[in-house]
This record gives sequence, C-alpha cells and structure tokens, in this order.
Amino acid sequence: MLNVALPKGRLGDRVYAMFEKAGFECPSIKENNRKLIFENEVCGVRYFWVKPSDVAIYVERGAADIGVAGKDILLEYAPDVYELLDMKTGICRMAVAAPKGFRDDPRRTLKVATKFTNIAQNYYASQGRDIDMIHLNGSIEIAPILGLSDVIVDIVETGTTLKENNLEVIETVVPISARLIANKASWKFKTEQITALTEHLAMQLKAEE
Amino acid sequence: MKISNTLLKKEEQATLALRELYGRYGYTQYKMSKFEEYDLYVRNKNFLISDSVITFTDTNGKLMALKPDVTLSIVKNTKDIPGYVQKVYYNENVYRVTEKTHAFREIMQTGLECLGDIDSYCIAEVLTLAARSLAEISDDYILDVSHLGLLSQLIDHIGIAPDARGTLLECVAQKNRHDASRICAEAGINRERAALLQHLMECQGEVRQVIPMLYTLLPNEEWQRTVAQFDSVLSLLPAEHVRIDFSVIHDLRYYSGIVFQGFVKGVPENILSGGQYDNLMHRMDKKSGAVGFAVYLDRLDSLAVAPRDFDIDTVLLYDANADTKALHAAVKALTEDGKSVTAQKTVPEKLKYRQLLQFTESGVKLLETNA
Repeated sequence: MLNVALPKGRLGDRVYAMFEKAGFECPSIKENNRKLIFENEVCGVRYFWVKPSDVAIYVERGAADIGVAGKDILLEYAPDVYELLDMKTGICRMAVAAPKGFRDDPRRTLKVATKFTNIAQNYYASQGRDIDMIHLNGSIEIAPILGLSDVIVDIVETGTTLKENNLEVIETVVPISARLIANKASWKFKTEQITALTEHLAMQLKAEE
Repeated sequence: MKISNTLLKKEEQATLALRELYGRYGYTQYKMSKFEEYDLYVRNKNFLISDSVITFTDTNGKLMALKPDVTLSIVKNTKDIPGYVQKVYYNENVYRVTEKTHAFREIMQTGLECLGDIDSYCIAEVLTLAARSLAEISDDYILDVSHLGLLSQLIDHIGIAPDARGTLLECVAQKNRHDASRICAEAGINRERAALLQHLMECQGEVRQVIPMLYTLLPNEEWQRTVAQFDSVLSLLPAEHVRIDFSVIHDLRYYSGIVFQGFVKGVPENILSGGQYDNLMHRMDKKSGAVGFAVYLDRLDSLAVAPRDFDIDTVLLYDANADTKALHAAVKALTEDGKSVTAQKTVPEKLKYRQLLQFTESGVKLLETNA
C-alpha cells in the first residue's frame, strides 16, 4: 500500500488528477464528504488530505510514503526527504516586496517581516545584509504599511494582493513550484511503485510542455 | 544467568546480538569516560550530527562536555603504527539534540571502528559487519552504498564552480535531478557534461546492474580503477540486500571513499550510517585511514511491536492480617509456575491482568479470570 499525503485545496485537487491519470485512482476521494483518508485496495494506494505545510512532516516521519509539497515549505523546514520531481504546478515565487518607491538604505538595519524566516535569513545572509527579522503568521502585507517592517518576504503568485496594498516586488528570492517528495526509507522498500509513479508523472508533464 | 528474550526490548536484544557479532570478528569493546574536553568537539563541529553539546566546567577549570559522539574520542586516542589495524566496537550513551525534538536526549549508540593500516579487506569486513548488523535486526533490510571518490571525480570533471558545488551535492543527496539540471545550466556547464551527473544520479539499484553503467560514465584510468575497486568490495556482500545509491553523501571534509547507510523495513529513517573517514584522521594529525559505522538503536522504537494483551498474569489480593510467611510461599509458588504475579491489597488502577486471586488462610481463591 502506497500512502500519499496530498495538500488540501486547489493544488491537491490538481495533483490528484495527475496521480489518477498515472493509474493511481481512488474514486471515493471525489465524494463530497468530510473524510480525510481514502483508500483503493485494488490500486494499492491510500490518499490523505493534510494541511499543505504539514505534508513534508508526514513524509519525513514515514506516515506517508510520498507527498506533494511546495518548494517554499521544503526550503523553510529542510525536511530529510527525497525530492523526486518538479510537478510544475502551483507555480509562484518567493519575493521581497516593499511599499512603492521604497529605497533600501544600507546604513540601516533592514526590518523584514515574513512567515518564512529561514528562507529570508539565508537570502539576506548570502548578501551580507544585516536584518531585523519579524516573524508573522499571516496578513504579512500590512507590516510595511503600518511601519512594522521595511519590507516583506512572501509568496507572490499574481501580485494582486501586493498591488491592492500599494506594495511591489523589488527582488525575487527563489522560484517556487510543487514538488513530489518521498520518505527515504519508503523509497528503499517501495522503489518500483514510487519510480513507476514518478516516471508516469514526468511523462505527463513532458506531454503538456 | 538466563534471560528470556521476551523480556528484552528490541533495542536490548539487538545490543546483545551485535556485541556477540563484533566479538566474533575480533573487535574488542572500547570503554570510555562520559566526559571529554569540549575543545575536541569545537575543532570538529561539522563532524557531529548535531553541534549542540552539553558543557560544564570541571573542578580544574577545564571546559568539559558530555560526549555527543564516540568516534572522535576513539580517533584521538589511536596510534599510527605501520601494518597495524585497531578494531574496536562500542556501546555507549551519547548526549545530543535530536532534529525532531530540538531537545537534548541520551541516546544509546552502538558502533564499530577499524583504524590504522586500512586495506580493501578491512573495508569489505566493515561493510559485511554493517550488513550483518542490519540482518540481526530485521530480515528485510537494505544497505545503500555510495563512493565519494567517484562522486568527487565526476563533479570535478564537469567543472562546476566551488561555490555551486555544495548546492549541487545537496541535489544529489535529495535525488533532485530537476534542480541539479537547472544549477548546471545556470553555471554554464555544457549539456554533455551536465548529462553525466544525471546519469550518475540514475545509477541506483542492485550492484550487478549498476556497476556496468558506472564503467561507461568516464573513460579515464582513475575512474575505471576506482569503479573496479568499488566492484571488488561490493561483490563480497549479500547482493539481494545491497544497493548502490549516490544519494548517500557524508561531509566530504571528513569522509572519503565508500560511505553507506542502512535501513530496515518499518523504520522511517536510516538506522545505520558509516564509511571511510580518512579525511577526519588527517585533520586530527593521523597518517592512517579508518572505516566504521554507528547503529542508532533508539530509532528501532518505530518498529511495530504487537500490543500486549495483559500487563501481568496474576494479581494476588491479600489483607493486612495475612500471614507473611504463607503469602510469601503463595507468591513463590505462582512465580515458579512461570507466571508474573503482583501481591496487592487493592487492585491497581488500569492494570490489565489475566486472573485475580484472593489470598486467604485456607489457600488461594480465584475471583476473576479474563480471557
């Protein structure tokens, strides 16, 4: 039985469709109910919906053999897992945004608000920039407006939220997309199943190109 | 002394089995103090799994540490004698921060080190013992083996800049072929050379299938010779359990040559890790080489254990006026019957027992039986 952790939400739905096409279907998942675990014994697969930021934990700890997680989560928490495939979906970027017209004054410590403290820390450390890190859990965009921070480091998809809050992207930190990840030990004992699935998904992606 | 295996935890059973195994191959037990000078760990911080160390100041003013690692202490005390190989095993508590709990834990670690005039026989012997250690724990095990010499040669050959090397190695360790390919493209590596790294990352699986693929990667003499040495060592190991996998990467500042990791079914992480650490030896001013491994027995906790139906066979109730001598005899008689017994005045809460007995002057009466 292959245990798959899928991220709840639109990304998860898209990814499931790809898994289904690869021969790992589980029709009960489409039923409209509040169940979180779905199994298809014939295909030997069990799916479960988890919070997107938790997928990597389920996989790292072996509760799931494989899963799909955003590169942002993988960079932020650095789980000890294999990253088998760029799913080329959920594409966005991790970026630094600031109020329109902002100019960085290198004489001052830069105040950075973000949910992704490790990514921001590594990014500014690589530039040798001294920063004051402010960890927030949400509504990051209002931090510069209220003077809590100079800039924010956050995920930018279309840029609409930024625009509406009078912010603009000033630098891209790293491009983000969903990745297929696998537990290291599961990969050893379910190599054939996981490799077959990875190859099938890779073929689907190639066909879409 | 007779100890029933059913009383020992999986971890304890493994410890005994491994000690016996290492002893049979002439490895002697290495005992050491719980403390070591902190300086030793500061100088080799990156060799440690976690760089947090519990320290304290000794009565003579020296800063000491509770051992977070055993290998460094063994290396420190080894002597370079031409032709001599020191073979030791250890079974020690170490103190380190685990990645998962972010707190210090006392961890029982077992391991084996072979230091000195190392040759290919020593490497094959240590790998064999690694495989047999895993076999002692589970029939369903996999030993992943990689060769850092081959990996370094190939990365040197494709000519990646030193600052991108670390990120590229991370990609290899994560089997992340898409980002490896992107990094090579960004670094201006031509397609043909970048494809070589992709091929090396595809070289994974059973030894007999992978070795011929490795030979075709680079034509130069050094590569061919290293593959042949790698092959000759791997051919001595149980083929059905050994896999070549270049994603096994240990820190190149300390390790060189063959490195490996062991997995058993049911444990979501590796339970054995080791390799040749000649570079560590040289950093610690030793001329000789070394190879060894550690077994993380604490990780066996994840192995499924069948839940016990009962905590104890018998609860024997007695009252305050009971005759001590007669009660003692009754308990003894029950234990000699091979049963576990607890003599109590009241039935302990939440205790699951097979039978409940009442001790009376006229003998033992059965009050309750649970199937």
